[in-house]
Amino acid sequence: MAKTVTITDTPAPAVQPYLDHHGRVASSLPGGDLSWLGNLRAEGIARFRKQGFPGARVEAWRYTNLRPLEKVAFEPAPAGGGPSAAVSVDLLPTVMPAGQPSHRLVFVDGAFRDDLSSIGTLPEGAVVTSLGHALNSHADLLERHLGRVGVTDSNPFQALNTAFLADGVVVHLPKGVAVAEPIEVVFIGTGGVSEKPTMHHPRILVVAEANSEATLVEHHLGQGVGTYFANHVTEIVAGEGARLHHYKVQRESTLAFHMATVTADLAKDASYDNFVLTMGGRLSRNEIKPVLNGTGVECRLSGAYMVNGQQHCDTTTVIDHAQPHCTSREVYKGVIDGTAKAVFQGKIIVRPDAQKTDGYQLNRALLLSDTAEIDSKPELEIYADDVKCSHGATAGELDDDQLFYLRARGIDLESARNLLIAAFLADAIEEVRIDTVREAFQGMVTGWLKTQRA
Amino acid sequence: MIEIKNLHVTVADKPILKGLNLSIGAGEVHAIMGPNGAGKSTLGYALAGRDGYEVTEGSVSYNGKDLLDMEPDERAAAGVFLAFQYPVEIPGVSNTTFLKSAVNSIRRARSEKELDAMEFLKLIRAKTKQLGMTDEMLKRAVNVGFSGGEKKRNEVLQMAVLDPAFCVLDETDSGLDIDALRIVADGVNALRGPDRAILVITHYQRLLDYIVPDKVHVLANGRIVRTGDKGLALELEEKGYAEFGVDEAA
Ligand SMILES: Nc1ncnc2c1ncn2[C@@H]1O[C@H](COP(=O)(O)OP(=O)(O)OP(=O)(O)O)[C@@H](O)[C@H]1O
Ligand SMILES: [Mg+2]
Repeated sequence: MAKTVTITDTPAPAVQPYLDHHGRVASSLPGGDLSWLGNLRAEGIARFRKQGFPGARVEAWRYTNLRPLEKVAFEPAPAGGGPSAAVSVDLLPTVMPAGQPSHRLVFVDGAFRDDLSSIGTLPEGAVVTSLGHALNSHADLLERHLGRVGVTDSNPFQALNTAFLADGVVVHLPKGVAVAEPIEVVFIGTGGVSEKPTMHHPRILVVAEANSEATLVEHHLGQGVGTYFANHVTEIVAGEGARLHHYKVQRESTLAFHMATVTADLAKDASYDNFVLTMGGRLSRNEIKPVLNGTGVECRLSGAYMVNGQQHCDTTTVIDHAQPHCTSREVYKGVIDGTAKAVFQGKIIVRPDAQKTDGYQLNRALLLSDTAEIDSKPELEIYADDVKCSHGATAGELDDDQLFYLRARGIDLESARNLLIAAFLADAIEEVRIDTVREAFQGMVTGWLKTQRA
Repeated sequence: MIEIKNLHVTVADKPILKGLNLSIGAGEVHAIMGPNGAGKSTLGYALAGRDGYEVTEGSVSYNGKDLLDMEPDERAAAGVFLAFQYPVEIPGVSNTTFLKSAVNSIRRARSEKELDAMEFLKLIRAKTKQLGMTDEMLKRAVNVGFSGGEKKRNEVLQMAVLDPAFCVLDETDSGLDIDALRIVADGVNALRGPDRAILVITHYQRLLDYIVPDKVHVLANGRIVRTGDKGLALELEEKGYAEFGVDEAA
């Protein structure tokens, strides 16, 4: 099945070290006996070599400058985490109230940590395991699904992830199976200043068969202050009527690079909702690309981002309405302070067959300083005639009249600002329909606001 | 309690108040009347400390302190309350959250113990009912979707809950129906007391039947041009502002 990719050009200088690392570690990556996997990785590195790191002339990367990432020499993270990888289980984040049953998988620098994880009891037939384990126990499932959804030539990070594919999460829900409690995945990056910058490339695969249901919560956490490169890829396959709730909070260290690509293949009547809360990272991008591949699909993408200092946060969504009678909805809200910059690119494609599409997109940014910046690029690509699609993008500042009104009632400036910021973000966070998750995320937003005091 | 001397205020480089003098003692209720654009709201904003209302000359002393030297929230904590002519809508912040932050901010500033959720509910329940407001209005975002009259009642509710010492009511009676006017006036009268001073800005003599003022002032061209008792309001009603050398349409 592996495609042959002919390589004629010489790779860019920034690409070469990755090729070298790949050459060194490829043979020792897990699943070495699986030829399909070897082919997949080979195809990944070839694609990465071909694409390199796109510059501003590549449309999809126009607003996100990858130079800061290119300049760092990342090495593959040592298996089992680096020397500073001491992580205490008590300090791991969760959205669950203490004492409640949960399913939690923990990764340190991309490597699964059995000792820190507790998968718990699952309904009959459901599989929640690390990708490393699944290579032994569920190789067929992986062969059938890995690297199948939304592979493109405009995302080198997806290709790079495939090239180094070694660990991650596999969730398989057989027909009609619902996992009640959230499946929580914790990714910890341990970049320490004295250590060499490392990179890791975890993969999440969710295969949800007809009428199954689950909630996946990803926590991305930076420990320490150093730089590292977390390059995530999530592939989602949702069968007929499957319901997936996919939530993520990104609190990487402020020197970290965080790239995440989510692709989803959604069958008839499936529903998929994705929410990303971004607070951390020096440079981060969430690229979310669902394909609505059956009628009656409901897809909701939403998020809230809060960045300051020199952070750069990119949200890129492509919703592909390939079939009629589907609904998509996007609500993103961001708060940008300091010299931070945010990017929102939201494309909605409505294919010729996708009549009766209902698409809604909103991106609003709140600029808290004169030097904060937002680039917003909504894009409708509509090839059908009987559709309802709308988009709106605004950028504004805190309202002086509102601030004064609050202060005139005795609320100090800082608290008044925080009230207004929280209110601004509220309707994005409301998009999270699972109460425990929404409340936990709300708490993190409040915490973020408290740490921003000047 | 409050002593305003030779107050000059410019807004967007335009002089609005041009040497206003006014003093209100504890226990007194004063009314200010005056044509549109005279600077009545400007006075209220200047007292509350709004940005853009630049005091270029004069002084305001409040209980012996320099009011103009204080931040808006410090003034509120010190007991100054302005009921806005145009209350501001704040989407996303519920009325309850807003009131609770306000009450507790002021209590904190006064080194009093903050109210917990139960104590706070008890406090606002009674006041809400007195003002003919519903619990539903407390849950809604501040002033969002409120009718003109509901916004004014909401101002009075805030005043009742925050228990200020010096209140400026800027046309709180505008937009109120007859019953609401009485309810709001009752609310204000309930606050009347030896430790409080109240300044009522209004266009209507009718309000002063309910809230009987100790003094009535006419503000025109940025100054108090005449002061009298409540009879002055009746006189104005009859003759208009013309005899004060003011073009009423100004
Ligand atoms: N931001 C501003 N820029 C320019 N002029 C302003 C501004 N704010 C107020 N003014 C002007 O200041 C003057 C006084 O306004 P103010 O609101 O104090 O009048 P008022 O006496 O309260 O009138 P009303 O009875 O209509 O409420 C008006 O001429 C108004 O146009
Ligand atoms: Mg006015």
